[in-house]
Amino acid sequence: VSEDKVKVAIVGSGNIGTDLMYKLLEEPGHMQLEMVAGIEPESEGLKRAREEGIGTTDEGIQPVLDDPEIRIVFEATSAKAHMQNAPMLKEAGKIAVDLTPAAQGPYVVPTANLREHLNEENVNLMTCGAQATVPMAYAISQVTPVRYAEMVSTVASASAGPGTRQNIDEFTFTTARGLEEIGGAKEGKAIIILNPADPPLIMRNTVYVVPEDDEVDEDGIADSVEEVVAEVQKAVPGYQLKNGPTFDERDTPWGENKPVIMMFLEVEGAGHYLPKYSGNLDIMTASARKVGEAFARHLLGVEEVVA
Amino acid sequence: MTQAKRTVRITDTSLRDGSHAMSHKFTAEQVRDVARSLDEAGVPVIECNHGDGLAGSSIQYGFSRVSEMDLILEAAEVCEQARIAALLLPGVGTVEQLKEAVERGIKVLRIATHCTEADISQQHFEMAKEMDLEAVGFLMMAHMRPPEALVEQAKLMESYGADCVYIVDSAGAMLPKDAAERVGAMKEGLDCQVGFHAHDNLGVAIGNSLAALETGADQLDGSLRGLGAGAGNAKTELLAAVLDKMGVETGLDVFKLMDAAEYVIAPMMPFQPFPDRDSIAIGYAGVYSTFLLHAKRAAERYEIDAREIMMELGRREAVAGQEDWVIDVALDVAKEKGAV
Repeated sequence: VSEDKVKVAIVGSGNIGTDLMYKLLEEPGHMQLEMVAGIEPESEGLKRAREEGIGTTDEGIQPVLDDPEIRIVFEATSAKAHMQNAPMLKEAGKIAVDLTPAAQGPYVVPTANLREHLNEENVNLMTCGAQATVPMAYAISQVTPVRYAEMVSTVASASAGPGTRQNIDEFTFTTARGLEEIGGAKEGKAIIILNPADPPLIMRNTVYVVPEDDEVDEDGIADSVEEVVAEVQKAVPGYQLKNGPTFDERDTPWGENKPVIMMFLEVEGAGHYLPKYSGNLDIMTASARKVGEAFARHLLGVEEVVA
Repeated sequence: MTQAKRTVRITDTSLRDGSHAMSHKFTAEQVRDVARSLDEAGVPVIECNHGDGLAGSSIQYGFSRVSEMDLILEAAEVCEQARIAALLLPGVGTVEQLKEAVERGIKVLRIATHCTEADISQQHFEMAKEMDLEAVGFLMMAHMRPPEALVEQAKLMESYGADCVYIVDSAGAMLPKDAAERVGAMKEGLDCQVGFHAHDNLGVAIGNSLAALETGADQLDGSLRGLGAGAGNAKTELLAAVLDKMGVETGLDVFKLMDAAEYVIAPMMPFQPFPDRDSIAIGYAGVYSTFLLHAKRAAERYEIDAREIMMELGRREAVAGQEDWVIDVALDVAKEKGAV
């Protein structure tokens, strides 16, 4: 290992793990991908890792735990698997960047709160919807207190896997919490819609924000939103504000004709391994890479301005 | 020769689908009055909650004036024989609201997914059965898929525990033949009951309901005066009268329903839903009926034609619940015209 790199591993050789592998290869930053761990020797993910000259194992997490040089581990398995793996990773002194819904550590959304959690041993990336929409709530709460933030994600049916489908409630709970705890809204709400249009549509997200104050600093909000979008784009190039912020009024539980700020986002994937319409999956792997990079720099003592 | 009399179960959804036309502003008193009159007229199931299902109260769909949980309780309290139903859209409502609704007195849960996404409803069906509810599946926007595809999806719901699965013409885009084929295929492919939910955007809600009955529907939906999204639903009082003339047993009191429509619902309606210009456009474009008021509002705000919004939403293959796309599309159309 060169001195300015931290060794990392990916546990899980499915779609997410494989897409993340390509992202780490394309833009390693201060990381060196040392190992991809799976359980099926003939899996597409392990095959591709071998083709790229990356060390692989089909014995699950153990070889990763056994390698003292691996400092950061991306968990791309399942919530159930990570529940079991988390204590072992902790024991082995490794930092876990968790892409599953296991939530064994604090939630991170890179643009909003990553800096606060660089001394943690385990961080969780919440949901794709949270990665896409929490930054917008956060952008507005930097300007004015937020009474309520609501997000609506529309995801192509083809990119919603069985895990999401069997526990769709999880998405709504967790994403709403993200809008509150990280986005800064007093109250959050999340809605997810699966759309089977063919060809599959690119992930869309709408964010509605009701500020506490009836006086809205439209320019200040527009600037803040623009700044945050640019920041997210550094990690997720396909992140785009299609319409808005647009300012409207609605009857709400907090008063009639309350101002509502609306933002309409599109997230196109980079197409590393997953199809481009799967912006919902891309934003998870791209955010995970960003989180890993921040931890790597932190471990190396390399300064970086993390927004 | 005598033949067993044909029966069909009617669910009235004035207090749920009607929530759209009311912009979700039902009061407790209105709900009590409607529920009482339906109960007295012998309606066996009364659906009552936010138009977009449990937890639908939002900016996306419109906030409820009175909490749906309070409204469910009001309805449950005044009914002597009718059972209260609630709608749940996985992705919007969760088992948390389901538990709350059960505490307020619902006995029937109707679980709605887009007609290709039945597998997101498993956890909700299982919870409903665990809580001893009657569980009904709703395959929305069913005009978008052929009968075989719908049967496949309905089978999933049946395997999760559905007691009945509905073909839901959310866009009011079906013609009688479409309704008959879909319901017929479901009756052949399923062991559980089959229902049909109509919207009148093309003026054939009653005709479609009768066509569905013809091929075996066990359950039909209606709302008083058609109070529902888009051009409204099949009118409950009209269904009752027509079915009675056909000799189909419903257990409904035709005159009492006519009175309920005339004296209870009509005075509270902000407008009479019917196939007007924009509602026909919904049926014609095949988009979700609840887009009506959202599209009218956006059209007015951005000075464009609501029909253009509907047609573009149809091209983008918008599904149920995508009200945010109404604004997004309106902004795109307005931009194109240089209006914003």
